[in-house]
Amino acid sequence: MWDYSEKVKEHFFNPRNSGVLDEANGVGDVGSISCGDALRLMLKVDPESECIIDARFQTFGCGSAIASSSALTEIVRGMTLDEALKVTNQDIADYLDGLPPEKMHCSVMGREALHAAIANYRGEEWTDDHEEGALVCKCFAVDSALIEETVRANNLSTVEQVTNYTKAGGSCATCHEAIEDILSKVAAERCTAPVAEAKPVAEPAPNGKAKLTNFQRMRKIEEVVEEIRPMLQRDHGDIEIVEVEGRNIFVKLHGACHGCMMEHATLGGIQSKLAEALGEMVRVLPVGAMGHGGH
Amino acid sequence: MNAPTCSPIYLDNNATTRCDAAVVEAMLPFFTEQFGNPSSMHSFGNKVGQALKEARGRVQELLGAAHDSEIVFTSCGTESDSTAILSALKAQPERNQIITTVVEHPAVLALCEHLEKEGYVVHRLKVDRRGRLDLDEYKSLLSPRVAVVSVMWANNETGTLFPVEAMAEMANAAGVMFHTDAVQAVGKVPIDLKNTKIDMLSLSGHKLHAPKGIGVLYLRRGLRFRPLLRGGHQERGRRAGTENSASIVGLGKAADLAMAHMAYENSEVKRLRDKMEAGILAQVPRAFVTGDPANRLPNTANIAFEFVEGEAILLLLNKQGIAASSGSACTSGSLEPSHVMRAMGIPYTAAHGTIRFSLSRDNTEAEIDRVIAAVPPIIAQLRKLSPYWGEDGPVEEPERAFAPSYA
Repeated sequence: MWDYSEKVKEHFFNPRNSGVLDEANGVGDVGSISCGDALRLMLKVDPESECIIDARFQTFGCGSAIASSSALTEIVRGMTLDEALKVTNQDIADYLDGLPPEKMHCSVMGREALHAAIANYRGEEWTDDHEEGALVCKCFAVDSALIEETVRANNLSTVEQVTNYTKAGGSCATCHEAIEDILSKVAAERCTAPVAEAKPVAEPAPNGKAKLTNFQRMRKIEEVVEEIRPMLQRDHGDIEIVEVEGRNIFVKLHGACHGCMMEHATLGGIQSKLAEALGEMVRVLPVGAMGHGGH
Repeated sequence: MNAPTCSPIYLDNNATTRCDAAVVEAMLPFFTEQFGNPSSMHSFGNKVGQALKEARGRVQELLGAAHDSEIVFTSCGTESDSTAILSALKAQPERNQIITTVVEHPAVLALCEHLEKEGYVVHRLKVDRRGRLDLDEYKSLLSPRVAVVSVMWANNETGTLFPVEAMAEMANAAGVMFHTDAVQAVGKVPIDLKNTKIDMLSLSGHKLHAPKGIGVLYLRRGLRFRPLLRGGHQERGRRAGTENSASIVGLGKAADLAMAHMAYENSEVKRLRDKMEAGILAQVPRAFVTGDPANRLPNTANIAFEFVEGEAILLLLNKQGIAASSGSACTSGSLEPSHVMRAMGIPYTAAHGTIRFSLSRDNTEAEIDRVIAAVPPIIAQLRKLSPYWGEDGPVEEPERAFAPSYA
């Protein structure tokens, strides 16, 4: 049984402001029946003052989804739209005296519905940038999608690094196996095994080595890429260095690597290897980026 | 969580059962005067040893096992499942495949997933919309590379029964070991292992009115076996660790009671289940029974209520003192509805709103009448809150009517 606060239970058993608001002029729909929760927030906004005169909701979802919707309507009633946009999901959770970590997404859904409804009133497009995965770290409510994204974006290879970046695994430590699974999954995509001993996160790029001459530097880049090629070839792909311009190294991916969903991760992996070998920060970019200053 | 307004009704017996008063009574002396270690030479231990022998005999009888030495006491169903599968792999290193089903309990599924990472090949038999297996597919997978087949006797969520006896025959003919997780079936359907080709069977005490923390692994005599726990001669060296004597005695008593109530379970409990199911379905539109209604445990009813979410139903039932469970994602903390519902292809509109009512011999007619009265208004109340439900039915094309701007 979830550890719901009295306030959550109260709002679930006696939801405020539920049902259709006929004179709504701002409606926000978020979620879907396949996800297991969906919320429609209906606002009646006074066009003069941009003040929310009335707010109602319809929700398909669990107890905390219904309670969060109810709380949201109570919070935003009487607010101006600009004030309402400052409401965070934590405000919704706080209003309910907290939510279990597994249920924080219900408050996130509330905030999203609010933004969607305001965008709808203002005739704007609203896009959802929120992706969810299974909850991994229960202590800090971190889900697998966030961990995976962070591991990929920052080339992380140890549980300790994941904890430093996301807090996941930093308290009771029972989720370390799940974090390791995510690390190996991403490492496999990158075609590199997890590094046994990773450097501390805060350590700056190594710069103690003697500066390479231009020729040595080119040779070094070539050596590193030659080392990586067999791994890509195993996956029916290949890589070719096209140009080196200062810190930007332009490469061309061939075969299975080209256009592969993992292209970005592959380049990221090669980039970190090159940075390590050269002792300086470099960027590995697809050849298509040449002439755009690397962007 | 909330104090029920009247006496509580427990309909979650597939999760766990009330420890029978007679079981508790049988156990109590083994905490106080009969505290001895059965391995000891003195009389403190001797009496305990005698009691364990008796309990073993009762479990043997419940399972219809040929010998009492085929009964190995463990700590739970999960331990029995793990022991069985890992033993089959250890004892036959030349075989590296496992056959199981997509709807097994996590005790089997999660272990298989883990073994897959270690390089074993796992075949998961699929089920149809009624939760039934395709035996031709099964037959085609049996080969000398398969170390063990592990198939549940009855599904915990829907109660659907698998033809494990026939499947064990097929495995035996192919020279493959057969294990069944029977934690939901034992005590509810008659079992006679000596007349089957089942090699290993798991049972769990707390599913049949014995305490938690006691399980059994049945091991057919002569089956090649490797223990999970080593370090003692207990259970003839097959499961080391000092015996949980009080719980073993309790399980023995529970086995006795299960045999005595077997007919009642399959007549009266079944009648109450059917009455409840029919009573609810007659009043609630857009609701249906999941699994294979004609071939299931007598105590289980799994009903899908479309366009409502399971946890919300459970909370409102709980407020009225009714305890059930759900295959909804929200009750488990995961984002997906139950793997069993997904495997059967139950549409998302219904999978999140599945409720399992599991009865026991403790339930009464009056309780069932109260449940039949309580459920319809709860579903109506939640549907009224739902954006997918109109005045008296789902809105036209619910997925389209409710249109998130980013979809």
